[in-house]
Amino acid sequence: MTILKANFKYNVSWLIIMVAGFYLMNTLMLMGIIDSFIENMLVVIGINIILATGLNLVIGFAGQFSLGHAGFMAIGAYATAIITTNSATAGGFYTSIVVGVIIAIIAAIIVGVPTLRLRGDYLAIATMGAAEIIRIIINNLQITNGPSGMFNIPQFATWPVVYIMVCVTTILIANFVRSRAGRAIKSVREDEIAAESAGINTTNWKLAAFVFGAATAAIAGSLDASYLQTIAPTNFGIMESISILIIVVLGGVGSLTGSVVAAVVLGILDTALQNFGTLRMVIYAAALILIMIFKPTGLLGSHELSFKHLFSGTKRKGRVRS
Amino acid sequence: MPDTKGGQFVRQANYRKWDGIMMKKSMMKKLTGFATIAATAMIFAGCSTASTTGSGNKQTGNTIKIGVNMELSGAAGGYGNQQKQGIQMAVDEINDAGGINVNGKKKKIDLIIKDNKTATSTSASVAAQLANNDKVSAIIGPATTNAGTAQTPNITKAAVPALSPSATDPDYTLQKNGKVQPYVFRACYQNNFQGGTAAKFTYNNLKARRVAILGDNSTDYGTGLAKAFKNQFKGKIVANQTFAAGDKDFNAVLTSFKSKKADAIFVPGYYSEVGLIINQARQAGINVPIVGTDGMADPQLVKIAGAKNATNVYYTTPFSTMASKKNPTAAKFMKAYQAKYHQVAPTFSALAYDSVNMVKQAIENEKSADSKKVAAGLAKIKNFDGVTGTITIDKDHNAQKPIAIETLKNGKVVNSVSIK
Amino acid sequence: MEASTLQTFFQQLINGLSLGSIYALLALGYTMVYGIIKLINFAHGDIYMLGAFWGYYVINFWHFNFLFALLSAMLVGAVAGVIIEYFAYRPLRHAPRITALITAIGVSFLLENGMSYLYGSTPRDFPQIIEPVNYHVFGVLISNIQILILVTACLLMVILQVIIKKTKMGKAMRAVSVDPDAAELVGINLNRTISFTFALGSSMAGAAGVLIGLYYNSIDPLMGMTPGIKAFVAAVVGGIGSVPGASIGGFLIGLLETLVQSVGLSAYKDAAVYFVLIVILLVLPAGIFGKNIKEKV
Repeated sequence: MTILKANFKYNVSWLIIMVAGFYLMNTLMLMGIIDSFIENMLVVIGINIILATGLNLVIGFAGQFSLGHAGFMAIGAYATAIITTNSATAGGFYTSIVVGVIIAIIAAIIVGVPTLRLRGDYLAIATMGAAEIIRIIINNLQITNGPSGMFNIPQFATWPVVYIMVCVTTILIANFVRSRAGRAIKSVREDEIAAESAGINTTNWKLAAFVFGAATAAIAGSLDASYLQTIAPTNFGIMESISILIIVVLGGVGSLTGSVVAAVVLGILDTALQNFGTLRMVIYAAALILIMIFKPTGLLGSHELSFKHLFSGTKRKGRVRS
Repeated sequence: MPDTKGGQFVRQANYRKWDGIMMKKSMMKKLTGFATIAATAMIFAGCSTASTTGSGNKQTGNTIKIGVNMELSGAAGGYGNQQKQGIQMAVDEINDAGGINVNGKKKKIDLIIKDNKTATSTSASVAAQLANNDKVSAIIGPATTNAGTAQTPNITKAAVPALSPSATDPDYTLQKNGKVQPYVFRACYQNNFQGGTAAKFTYNNLKARRVAILGDNSTDYGTGLAKAFKNQFKGKIVANQTFAAGDKDFNAVLTSFKSKKADAIFVPGYYSEVGLIINQARQAGINVPIVGTDGMADPQLVKIAGAKNATNVYYTTPFSTMASKKNPTAAKFMKAYQAKYHQVAPTFSALAYDSVNMVKQAIENEKSADSKKVAAGLAKIKNFDGVTGTITIDKDHNAQKPIAIETLKNGKVVNSVSIK
Repeated sequence: MEASTLQTFFQQLINGLSLGSIYALLALGYTMVYGIIKLINFAHGDIYMLGAFWGYYVINFWHFNFLFALLSAMLVGAVAGVIIEYFAYRPLRHAPRITALITAIGVSFLLENGMSYLYGSTPRDFPQIIEPVNYHVFGVLISNIQILILVTACLLMVILQVIIKKTKMGKAMRAVSVDPDAAELVGINLNRTISFTFALGSSMAGAAGVLIGLYYNSIDPLMGMTPGIKAFVAAVVGGIGSVPGASIGGFLIGLLETLVQSVGLSAYKDAAVYFVLIVILLVLPAGIFGKNIKEKV
């Protein structure tokens, strides 16, 4: 119980910071310093944070190289698009998130149970294939309006909703990672055989992380659809999965703080490069290569910003379970 | 799979149970956490949040700002850059002539070009930037329907009109309830009109009764046209197959068409793929008419298909080399384009060129470059003399203009029929 | 347009084989690079694009004949591969593999967008240096370029197999792929071996660029993206690291796509490819010809 209390303290600290951050942003918005352009950027960054922390859970903590994150995002996005177009109420929106999450979980189990037996690049290519299959099915269905995608989706995912969702998913993932469950999946990453011989059911924990990641991706997809009010199957292709992967690796595999930092950095970089026309992606690619060469472990490596760290001054790794 | 069975302890079963208990415990903890957070969220929901409402951008300076939200990189980068060339040329011509006449005062255009990398989220961001920070009078673009619909909420909030040169989805300019989007316009045909025209032409003029469709399945353009054709064609559709942008091999599908005894093939898509389809169909000995739409009206089509193969090919188009002989505006444009870019003008450039001039017309008619006025002006455009024909904006903000069907023989346009 | 069922069947077989030979040609390069440094070289498809553009320019402006264009494109591909390896992958040889993968994606983006920036992304027609001739064999159509690609793919596969199995460099390559550190200990120059592998793999891509450019008569800066991913899938299906596996995988994917399209399900052709990929990986986790490495405790 002591851990719970200990974690509780840190969670409350984070919560206070998050609330303060919200009021700060809101004040800036009311003052007109954050206009709809910056708001747009912040929302995109927020959605990317949800996606990246979710994928980091799968790649960084469970050590399972998944390249299919965009497929689960698509499920959430289409769930929200279809449900809210038919019932344009806040209730409909939240129901659609839940429905999206449930379908994503089912899909993740269907994809995960067989493929998580594979490892490394084989798993990556299999999950990529699974995500493509999801996308192609969506592309050919009537209810999803095929390749034209759906538009005029009612907007419920305003900035505060996205902000709260970012906080909720981040807290959930952070707590998951620090719980016993988190240590179990980390042990799977470090050495599957040793973990298994220590009595950890590696298959289940891998699947748990994968499903959890998929669920958060679905939430991000819902928010994306509802905020932009437009979705199309092309948004959820291999390139989208890769761009989420880039955020994770750039921030540091196994560092949630890193994912957040990288999402912010890339979000700002991407927005700033809008004026460069065709040169934009050239600069982006060059920046990517250079960062990777000079900082191969990502911006933050596997370090985390943690209050536990700041409060007690002791190393996170040195903590003993009581 | 690794051989791990031998390494397991017998005691594992007990640990599994322990696992389960701990899983439940952590679930409990999560739920408590979630409840706390949800409670906080309630508090958030109660407080007022910032919102922006626009009354449109006023233009008081000595220039008129026009934004461009365009696919300059990414999947549709090729088409976007062709449009950019048309936009740039139109703006240069207007500025060389002194600018746009706003209530007796000539003002030059200040063109702000931004790339949306063929992504919906970026398109929304670019539109917000153009409308709120750069305070443009109007936006030209984007080229694709999806990027276009993504910008609609932002420009509507800011009350800035956007004129897309090539977003063809029938619902692009409409709200969910079927009413027109007040700030969304297009300079091109919508799919139903063009697909229907192609269907009529195939039935009446080509006398084809059995048609095979091979459409682009990665854009709304291809699927929308294919659907429109299917609905309005009186004969039989013997096969309905698709391809994705970037595909290069169509032999398998074309071979399957052979046994279906099709007497015409309808290929809604862009020139990059349609050119290859024509090439491979003729190589495979399929010599029936191939009918397409304005997406293939590009000089590059014949080059990719091979001049010899580009025979018995028909496509609907607002604009062409043939038409330019009759239309002085088009003739002038073709000549200037050739001089500036050293190539034959593609349809996308012509549509984009017209878009800029339609905005100019709207500003001059309304005697104001305020964004709301520009929107009103665009809605009222009538009999505008454009490169792509005489354009009238209808009540749904679609561009009404005559449509023609051109015939290719040995890579040359040999005939142009107007369709009513 | 009359065609008997049997003729259609053989025609589709030819279509599938010629599409498959293209995937095989590209898969060969993937499989070699992956075999030696365990890196999915995402830039491989873009080297193929560079080869195609090189062919386009030398044929149009320097009036190279076909053979010279092909050989020079192989050289350009090899040089590009070695340069990319030297600057982008070598510094990361001891970094986490996922980092190298992201760098590879970065290189791919750089080549695609750099070429778009320099030459525009509008597709171009490839100079038809070999006049296409169609042969009718019992009502089945086959063109000289299809035969050329098929023969080249098979020929290159044999040459590669000989290099890997019979030459000293090939032996070094195999050694490095099994254990780089041990290979270095027995006196193998690691850098040179890896560079050689890249040169060899990338020259395949360069050749593929010219051949496919000629076959389809259309090249653009993004042309490497889709076939690149498909070819990688082919390499994985065949068993990555195995040269015959890559070819078999390529032909398998080509035939599968053709089959799906010929029964009228073209919308699902990519889905079918990925589905078969997943099924094959589940049954044979290391692909058809791959070696299954047992993990030791």
